[in-house]
Amino acid sequence: MTDIDGTSPPYLRNRYAIAGIGETTYQRGYAPGEEHTTRSLATWAVGNAMADAGITAADVDGMLSYSGNDSTFSPFVAGDLGIRLNFYMDCFGGGSSTEALIGIAMGVIEAGMCDTVAVFRSMNGFSQVRIGGTGARAAAPVSGDALHGRAYGWGSAGQMFAPTFMRHMYEYGTTPEQVAHVKVAHSKHASNNPKAFYNQRVTVDDVVSSRMVCKPLHLLDCCVETDNATCVIVTSAERARDMRQPLVTIRSVVGRCSKPRLDMHYQHGPITRVAGYYAKDILWPNAGVGPDEIDITGSYDAFTFTTMLQLEEYGFCAKGEGGGYVSSGIIELGGARPNNTSGGHLCEGYTHGMSMVIENVRQLRHDIDDSCPAGPDGRRVHTYDYAEGGCRQVRNPELTANLGWAMPATGSALVMQKGW
Amino acid sequence: MSTMPQGTHLGMPVSIDDLDLENLAYFRSCAEGVFRLQRGRRSGLLRYPPTTACPWTGDREYDWVEVEPRGAVYSYAEVHHAIQPSFREHTPYLVLLVELDTQRGEPSEHEALRIIGNLVTADGELAPPEVVAQVGIGTRVRMVFNPASDEIAIPQWTIDETAEQPVPWRYPE
Repeated sequence: MTDIDGTSPPYLRNRYAIAGIGETTYQRGYAPGEEHTTRSLATWAVGNAMADAGITAADVDGMLSYSGNDSTFSPFVAGDLGIRLNFYMDCFGGGSSTEALIGIAMGVIEAGMCDTVAVFRSMNGFSQVRIGGTGARAAAPVSGDALHGRAYGWGSAGQMFAPTFMRHMYEYGTTPEQVAHVKVAHSKHASNNPKAFYNQRVTVDDVVSSRMVCKPLHLLDCCVETDNATCVIVTSAERARDMRQPLVTIRSVVGRCSKPRLDMHYQHGPITRVAGYYAKDILWPNAGVGPDEIDITGSYDAFTFTTMLQLEEYGFCAKGEGGGYVSSGIIELGGARPNNTSGGHLCEGYTHGMSMVIENVRQLRHDIDDSCPAGPDGRRVHTYDYAEGGCRQVRNPELTANLGWAMPATGSALVMQKGW
Repeated sequence: MSTMPQGTHLGMPVSIDDLDLENLAYFRSCAEGVFRLQRGRRSGLLRYPPTTACPWTGDREYDWVEVEPRGAVYSYAEVHHAIQPSFREHTPYLVLLVELDTQRGEPSEHEALRIIGNLVTADGELAPPEVVAQVGIGTRVRMVFNPASDEIAIPQWTIDETAEQPVPWRYPE
C-alpha cells in the first residue's frame, strides 16, 4: 500500500521531540472542596509535564494553548509556575489543535524565538462549558451565520457531522455494528488504564442498543465530556536527549489541513471525504514512511465514526472499507495496529486530542501507566497480557501516527518515532 | 444606533446585524417568499450559504438570483436528543441536506448547492414522527418559508407532493 519516497525533503524530521507529558485526573464533576478552575487544572498539568521531563521553570520559555473561549491563558499559568516567557500564544480551536500547535512550537523554536514550549489544553468540559452547547447556551439567541445552523437545531458536533456519517453508510454500506467496534476496542483499552473515566468493557450490542442521540450516533458512539488539563513539552531533540525521559522525536506534522469550502464543506463533495485526504500527502512524504510502517494509531474519537473515517482517508485501508477495518480486530490491543490504547475520548476522557499524543509518547518510551508490576529498577515490567485489568503496552513500538479531527473539513496529524 | 431586524422562530429569538448585508438580503428574500442565491458576476455560479466573495474566483461582485427551490435529500441527521429547548418537544426531528436540481455537479463532479433545512409539513410545522419515518436519502422535497417576522423567514423543506418519489434510503432499523 505504501508509496512513499523515503528520500523526499525531510524538513525538520527527527530534529524536535516531545520531552515531557503531563495530565490531571479525568473527572466528571468534583467533590465539594476539590473543585478546580481551568487555571488550576492547567497549572497542575504543565507542572506534571515539567516534572516528567525533569526540568524546572527556568527551562521553559515558550507556551501555547488552545481553547474555545472556555479556558485560561498562558500568562496566568506561566505566572503561577514562575516561568518567564520569551514566547506565548493562546489560540482559538478545539480538536486537531494539538498536532498543529506542536508544529507551531517547532517553528518558533527553529526561528530562534524560544527554546522549549509547553503546549496545554485545560477544560472543565463537564462542569463548566460542555462542547455540545448545553445549559444556558442552549437557549441563546440565533444571529447572523448561525441562522444557517442553530436555527434548525443543528449545532452540536454530532448534529453537524451526522450527514457525513450517514452518507458514508449510504455510499459504502457501512453498518452501525461495524462502527460500534471502535467503542468496543477503546473500552478494552480503557479497562487496562487505571486513570480512564469509563473503564468497563462494552459489547457491540451495548453500543447499538444504547439510546439514539442523533442518528446515526447512539450514546455510546459519542465521547465522554470530562474536566481535565493536558500538556506536552516540545523542544529540540538535542535538548530532549539531555532531559529525563527516553527520546521520542517528531518525524512529520500537519496542522489544520482543510478541504475546500470549509465554511460549509457539504457544498464541495464528496461529503464522505474528510481532511485527511489532503493531509496524508503532507504527512507521509515528510515522515518518509507510510501507513504500513505505523505500529499504533491515535485516530481522534470524538465519535466512533471519526476514528473510522480518518483511518481510511490516511490510507490504513481503502476508502469506503473503514467499517471492515475497524471491526477486524486490527485496532485492538493484540491486533496488528491498535488505535487509542488509552481508551481515547470515548472512554478515558475528552481533551481535544492532547491525551492521544500523550498516550503514544508513553508507548514509544515503552512506559505505559497500566497495572503491570514494577521491576527492581522501579519501571513496570510489561506482560503483554491484554486481559481486563492487565497490560496495555504494545511490544516495542517504533512509530506512531496521531490523526487529529476538528470537523470533516479540517484535521491535523503527527508521526512520532522512538529515538532518532 | 442599530435597527437590527429581529424575530422569533420556534420560540427562539433570531436576529441579523444591520452590517450583515449578505444574510439580510438572503432572509429578507425568504420573507418575500422567494428563494434567491448570490451569483458571482465573473463565474456565473450560484453559491450557498451567503458568502462575501465567490468561492471559485474570489470575485466580490454578485447578483441575487431567484432559484427553483426543489431537490432531493442528499443526507440527513435525525435528532433524538435535542439540545435547544425549542426542539425538545419535537423529537425526533430531521435536519435535511438537500441537493438542488439547479447547478448539480457544477463546476466539478461532486459539487452542488446543498441547502440545510428541517423537514416540515406543508404548512411549516416540524414534521411529526410518522412523516419523519417516510423521509430519507433520495426523497424529493420543495421549500416552504417559516416567517420569523416581517423581515426574516427561515427556509424549510417539505415533501414534494407533485414529484414522483423514489424509495428513500434510511438508516437501518
